[in-house]
Amino acid sequence: MMKNVGVIIELDNGRVKESNWGMITLARQKNTKLFAFVINAAPGKLKPALELFGITNIVDICFAKDWENNPAKNPAVWAKVLINVIKEYHIDAVFGLSTAMGKDLMPRMAALIEAPLIMDCFSVDLENNLAKTSQYSGKTIATIKLTGDVLLFGVRPNCVEPVEAQVSSEILKFEGTHIHSKGLKVIKAGDTDKSSKINLAEADVIVAGGRGMKNAENFTLLFLCAQKLKAALGASRVAVDSGWVPYSMQVGQTGEKVSPIVYIACGISGSVQHFAGMKTSGMVIAVNMDENAAIMSTCDYYAVADALKIIPELTKLL
Amino acid sequence: MQIYICVKHVPDSAAHITILDKNRIEENVNFLLNPYDEHAITESIKIKDKYPGSEVIAVCLGKQDAEKTLRSAMAMGADRSILIASDALHDSIATARILKAAIEQDGNPGLIFTGKESIDSEGMQTQFRIGALFDFPVATNVVRLDIEADAVIVDTQMSGGIANTYEMTLPCVIGAGRGLNTPGYPTFPDVVKSKKKPVKKIALTDLLVETAHSSTNIIALEPLTQTRTPEEITGNAKEIALKIVNILKEEAKVI
Ligand SMILES: Cc1cc2nc3c(=O)[nH]c(=O)nc-3n(C[C@H](O)[C@H](O)[C@H](O)COP(=O)(O)OP(=O)(O)OC[C@H]3O[C@@H](n4cnc5c(N)ncnc54)[C@H](O)[C@@H]3O)c2cc1C
Ligand SMILES: Nc1ncnc2c1ncn2[C@@H]1O[C@H](COP(=O)(O)O)[C@@H](O)[C@H]1O
Repeated sequence: MMKNVGVIIELDNGRVKESNWGMITLARQKNTKLFAFVINAAPGKLKPALELFGITNIVDICFAKDWENNPAKNPAVWAKVLINVIKEYHIDAVFGLSTAMGKDLMPRMAALIEAPLIMDCFSVDLENNLAKTSQYSGKTIATIKLTGDVLLFGVRPNCVEPVEAQVSSEILKFEGTHIHSKGLKVIKAGDTDKSSKINLAEADVIVAGGRGMKNAENFTLLFLCAQKLKAALGASRVAVDSGWVPYSMQVGQTGEKVSPIVYIACGISGSVQHFAGMKTSGMVIAVNMDENAAIMSTCDYYAVADALKIIPELTKLL
Repeated sequence: MQIYICVKHVPDSAAHITILDKNRIEENVNFLLNPYDEHAITESIKIKDKYPGSEVIAVCLGKQDAEKTLRSAMAMGADRSILIASDALHDSIATARILKAAIEQDGNPGLIFTGKESIDSEGMQTQFRIGALFDFPVATNVVRLDIEADAVIVDTQMSGGIANTYEMTLPCVIGAGRGLNTPGYPTFPDVVKSKKKPVKKIALTDLLVETAHSSTNIIALEPLTQTRTPEEITGNAKEIALKIVNILKEEAKVI
């Protein structure tokens, strides 16, 4: 039987974020009809790219103008509108990215209709309603069966290689009529568009530093290297707790979970908790003075060396 | 005001996890209070200090042994606690229904705290489900909280160090993030005092919670096997840097 599958498109500066393509590729399975949910954007501009990845229906969700309380940024309002879209188009499964935005949106949707949801999954089988995700601080992989009328999947960014599948699409207009969020008001929505920093969770390359970087100034070395590599900067909890870098840079069990193509760990020992956040990286390169550090046996390449010497050399060569 | 904190009893993140019967873990490891829930407790104690007369109640759905986690919560300052004892594994849909029923039966929540996620099932959703069942607003990954007479202002952590600011009416549900505060370690007298604080035990069957029509069930659990075979990069600093550049170019193809 044909399934209607919705994908929530995450935008950045009005453009489709790169990590959406892998998610759409994951959503495109046997007997699926793909609906892209586009919120507050010009869908005409996005159409060619969405068609290239197999989207046949673009649901253009726009809010009425006379809206109070900044609904354009209110996740509780978005969740309600998206549930209406799901009902209108008889959607069987919804995919969204397990990003900061997705983590604030998808569970709200799931809760509204008491639908099953698996966040941060990296594999989905729509024929058998199964999803795979990591559990126990990333030490195990769970295969989970979802039962319900509508199934929700929060997809880990970068976990699937994008594959094109050209189709043509139609745009369906959907008015987000006067829906209110009881009790939740947006005072200020941080403008991600304005941040020039590369997003940790979605970066292709991450350069991360730990206690071995020794102080805040040395993180500038990593920053310069990351800039050349168009990489995001990451850190261990020790670097964060020492006040060298902000918490938003922490990778690990109690920080960001990342899966870049390459993770370069400098002066990081590779504790279980750090590992929990980066073990799904494509390639791990470790630079550490101690050949017995845990990370040296859980990486692809390692150099027993002083990161403070290697990093500037690396930056020079880039 | 009654402040309820949902606390989960989870395996220590440093524990070695062994899988039994293909879908559950060997539970003979150290269990403790879910780290994010510590931030929830710490924050609710701060609120209690600001509004004397408030009561802080920790609630847990877990096995008998979870009493240990509730004792930790009380050592950190919770006044009393509720244990809904059950050995079975409950998904977040069922968990939220059960926690809601237990809280509702016990009192009148002015605020409900949770952690932003549990470190065992990593579901990131129980707080929203509890909120929906009560019809209370919810914010998750909260890193700053200001409480006023009938509203709270919160900052929630988004990516790249950016925060959103929301205002919510009371009662509401707060999913604590790590930046919210720094939990203190209980002192010895705190621990002694916590032993005398009451733990109300409720049987799951007494709550008369209806089963939801939807669910998530773990059908297989496998250890994440390490497939990497580390290869050493040797040479002086310059040679190592050059080799890394080559790997990034030729193999990873990121430059
Ligand atoms: C509940 C809980 C949650 C946690 N969550 C996280 C988390 O999310 N993320 C996280 O990272 N940690 C987390 N931790 C902390 C974790 O246990 C470790 O303490 C931490 O990851 C260690 O950081 P590190 O590798 O920078 O420091 P260390 O373990 O001290 O390692 C420093 C390394 O740097 C090397 N070194 C020193 N100088 C140099 C140099 N000049 N060049 C190269 N190498 C050098 C050393 O050989 C050593 O291997 C958590 C802990 C707990 C209990
Ligand atoms: N069994 C439980 N007992 C009490 N609180 C729970 C339980 N499961 C989840 N929670 C709460 O819900 C939060 C989010 O959990 P999760 O949705 O599993 O990531 C946790 O940080 C706890 O505060």
